[in-house]
Amino acid sequence: MRVVAAMSGGVDSAVAAARMLDAGHEVVGVHLALSQSAATLRQSARGCCTIEDAGDARRVADMLGIPFYVWDMAARFERDVMEDFVAEYASGRTPNPCLRCNEKIKFAALLDKALALGFDAVATGHYAQVVTRQDGTRELHRAVDHAKDQSYVLGVLDAAQLAGAFFPLGDTTKPDIRAEARERGFYVANKPDSHDICFIADGDTKGWLTERLGEHPGDVLDAVTGSVVGSHTGSYGFTVGQRRGLGLARSSLDGDPRFVVGVDAARNTVTIGTADLLGVNALRGDHARWCGPAPEGVVPVGAQVRAHGAEVPGLAWASGDEVEVRLETRLRGVAPGQSVVLYDGTRVVGSATIASTWLAS
Amino acid sequence: MTAYLDHAATTPMLPSAIAAMTEQLAVTGNASSLHTSGRLARRVVEEARERLAKALGARPSEVVLTSGGTEADNLAVAGTWAARRAADPARVRIVSSSMEHHAVLDCIEHLVTHEGAKVTWVDPDRTGLVSEASVRAAIEQDPESVALVTVMWANNEVGTIQPVAALAAVAHEFEVPFHSDAVQAAGHVPVDFSESGADLLTVTAHKLGGPLGVGALLARRDAVLVPQTFGGGQERQLRSGTLDVPAIRAFAVAVEESVERLSLESQRLVTLRDRLVTSALGLGYGVEVTGPWEPGDAVRRLPGNAHLLVPGCEGDSLLYLLDAAGVECSTGSACQAGVPQPSHVLLAMGLPESVARGALRLTLGHTSTDADVDAVVAALPPAIERARRASGAVT
Repeated sequence: MRVVAAMSGGVDSAVAAARMLDAGHEVVGVHLALSQSAATLRQSARGCCTIEDAGDARRVADMLGIPFYVWDMAARFERDVMEDFVAEYASGRTPNPCLRCNEKIKFAALLDKALALGFDAVATGHYAQVVTRQDGTRELHRAVDHAKDQSYVLGVLDAAQLAGAFFPLGDTTKPDIRAEARERGFYVANKPDSHDICFIADGDTKGWLTERLGEHPGDVLDAVTGSVVGSHTGSYGFTVGQRRGLGLARSSLDGDPRFVVGVDAARNTVTIGTADLLGVNALRGDHARWCGPAPEGVVPVGAQVRAHGAEVPGLAWASGDEVEVRLETRLRGVAPGQSVVLYDGTRVVGSATIASTWLAS
Repeated sequence: MTAYLDHAATTPMLPSAIAAMTEQLAVTGNASSLHTSGRLARRVVEEARERLAKALGARPSEVVLTSGGTEADNLAVAGTWAARRAADPARVRIVSSSMEHHAVLDCIEHLVTHEGAKVTWVDPDRTGLVSEASVRAAIEQDPESVALVTVMWANNEVGTIQPVAALAAVAHEFEVPFHSDAVQAAGHVPVDFSESGADLLTVTAHKLGGPLGVGALLARRDAVLVPQTFGGGQERQLRSGTLDVPAIRAFAVAVEESVERLSLESQRLVTLRDRLVTSALGLGYGVEVTGPWEPGDAVRRLPGNAHLLVPGCEGDSLLYLLDAAGVECSTGSACQAGVPQPSHVLLAMGLPESVARGALRLTLGHTSTDADVDAVVAALPPAIERARRASGAVT
């Protein structure tokens, strides 16, 4: 097959490209330029798409002897990921941009361009597995390295996107990938993993949002009494489950810590309460995406609500674009805007963006 | 088999230049040393200087050897600007065309940002031509403030050749020194430093069959320049650094040979270029040629330059598809981390950004053959169709 290897300049995508080549595919390396103003050098584990990263990716492609190109998708990334990120926060939700990037950029803009140019698929360094069934349909599964598993951020892929995706690292643990990179002589073998949101290089999400949304002072309310207990400079700076940075005179009023239990963007209020108010066992999601056929009726699932969170057993039923999930145990700090990814064993069933949560009796 | 159609980026070394360079690489000698080996190295350098000067219509003492075109451009622009301002603090303005190579463009931007320079950019017309009248108008805004006029001899993207002698004459009417970047012109069209009237002229070896990493600034003896590098005081105290004897020797061989066979080679390239452009225009797809276009012309356009606009395509998609089909070419514009940017040259010529993104630069040189033209003409239609689908897929 003719395959585009998406190469970030990191160790994982380097080994992924090498493995695709070893498997006998015709491989072309592509680095995505996602920033309109790329910095020269990588400053930390955060940030991405610096000129140094592009250079690292190019060096690996040179070692592999494969063609290498940089494709400029900064405008698409700005529109489909960054603007969506800002809009979600502005409406009181907490988005996960990595899922959006996989859905709209890596397995849409990139995959579509690759297919149009005559390629058959895109390979990335994600830790996840694609299993091809006897009838030719493909399933997305967790990586064998559960600590590193990234199937959560791929839960947005539909069957068509999955058909054009390769994840060559899913059968290996991260330490073994680093060892393999060293054996292959890649000098990126010891490059630190990237963390957090790639386009907020200093990690200050609230500051980044304030630059774009401006300050909007509002009230902090007590969940039980409804009374004003403090103030904030913009409700978009808060996430359900957050404990720090609430701007209260004292961190707690009665000795018990307080958490954000609700964000109301329309009223520009942030509601705080004690930990027991955070527990939920039911949620409704919209923007449902299915990695294969949509489940019919009530199905038992494992539900995961954050990138490295635990999977909780429950029941799910889908209806059009929406999904409702009932969990067997309570989860704390489930923020609207995050995705719930549903599993059947190690298989990813699909995902939805969490719209509301509650405690069902 | 690969068809190499990127001679404007760099062209293969001439066999005679390779022979001269490899022979010299085995010889020890610092041209600044006083012993026998040093004297022998010095002799090679000075002979090369004389041959370079003769081939380019300059005097040997006017040849300042550098590491290439960028260094020569920087020395000419920044060096002249600093000298002129030192003599008269009011002379801080540079008049230049907006389609210069980045070696001039970014040097000027640096002087503006960090040194207090001012600049007046002169836009070319739709064919990339910078007129005498526009340069005159730019100077006349305030003649007493002009430190330098710099306009390239031939453009590296669209191949337009400027009326250098006329532009130099305009600058001299106002007693302003004139520099021209002739990197793309030397060895390809007649370049005579003395006849051109320019005070400063940039040339480089690897665009005409010499090695990478060596070039020269031709500087009139009365040109006043402040050096930009400091050290051993070589090259009229203007460009310190141990001279690269093998590269300089090969540079001279390449300049001499390319100038000697210029008129024949020019005719040969014009014939190839005309067939390439005519075939591309005849493919349909709305392909257009930029710059001055008239079959047989080697006066207003570089003989080996074919610059096309392919509507509905991204240049980088075309580049990949042609590369995969064994045709090596360029979008012609500069890259930022490997991402082709919309060409400042095409924007300066008044083309909209959407059109500029579909640019393809195909440049021919001394190793180009009919087979190369056949290869690109055959590869273009499937590449254009694919690139159009890809363009539709991402917008």
